[in-house]
Amino acid sequence: MDEFNTSKPIYLQLADRINRQIVSKELKAGDKLPSVRDMGIKYSVNPNTIQRTYSELEREGILVTRRGQGTFVTEQEGRLVKQRENLKHEQIQLFVQVMQEMGYSTNEIISGLQDYLNKFDKGDEKRD
Amino acid sequence: MIKLTDVSKTYRKQTALKNISLTLPIGKIVGIVGENGSGKSTLLKLIAGLSLPTSGQVTVNGETVNRRISKIVSYLSELDSFYSMYTVKEAIDYKASQFTDFNYTKAEEIMKFMQLDSDKKIKNLSKGNRGRLKIVLALARDVPYILMDEPLSGLDPIVRDSIVKGMISFVDLESQTLIMTTHEIKEIEPILDCFIAVRDGLIIRMADVEQLHESEGLGITEWMKKSYMSS
Repeated sequence: MDEFNTSKPIYLQLADRINRQIVSKELKAGDKLPSVRDMGIKYSVNPNTIQRTYSELEREGILVTRRGQGTFVTEQEGRLVKQRENLKHEQIQLFVQVMQEMGYSTNEIISGLQDYLNKFDKGDEKRD
Repeated sequence: MIKLTDVSKTYRKQTALKNISLTLPIGKIVGIVGENGSGKSTLLKLIAGLSLPTSGQVTVNGETVNRRISKIVSYLSELDSFYSMYTVKEAIDYKASQFTDFNYTKAEEIMKFMQLDSDKKIKNLSKGNRGRLKIVLALARDVPYILMDEPLSGLDPIVRDSIVKGMISFVDLESQTLIMTTHEIKEIEPILDCFIAVRDGLIIRMADVEQLHESEGLGITEWMKKSYMSS
């Protein structure tokens, strides 16, 4: 069962999930999304909320709705590449903000990240 | 549209609802929340025409509500109201004989979705399956308003989830509104458009659920704890 955080609108949490699925290529350019009702059943969420998620992502140019056919991931690869950059930027921003709040310097952050990734590439560190 | 104008309800000397006014449009899933005895069920019964206001007016689609409003309002009581010697199919036939808008095809689809066996006798059904059957009976009517009093109460998590999914699948939000009272807020919250909080016979809040998440960063339960503690 998927749980939602009550401190943020559900329609935005669902938009985040769809964005991540697109960036991770679980959903590809041109893929069809489930109908509003099927998506509602899948997540146990009001279909009106799903409609809002789809509309929001359409407004951002990530999804397109074709009348009578359904909702699809845009075929404009350029838009998806940009979205991939946006999400990366968002995550890095979050991470850096937390590190800076705790007082880490830029050098400490960079070297720490590099060490972590080196170990991770060698398989020493487990992904959690 | 459902419209309550300055409605009060008094039982003998006890006031159940005080000067309530509200309007509810088509196409919404609405939750009525509040403590036991706050007036939630009374509110539902007034809309269903099972109880008449002591003062004020209740209208559904412009008609003043009385018992005959059941032709456009489907009501699911908190109590089991079917005969235990009936089979599931007989209970459905009985309901269909009472309401011309009863949609057999839809009833069968919901039964299939809920995995209910139509030949079983009601007295042999588990509590969960009796809960599911009640949902079938309430949802299979082609009416604009469906009211449910505590549809998830006393049921296990699996049954609750199948009922929630059943509501999403079979309430047609283009032409229907579902209104229910509930204490199972965690499960119901993601399917609600808006909620009505009742306390001591008064509506203390009526709001769009996503609006509450967005502007106050709170879920219904957190909001209730916060506002009930502070007053």
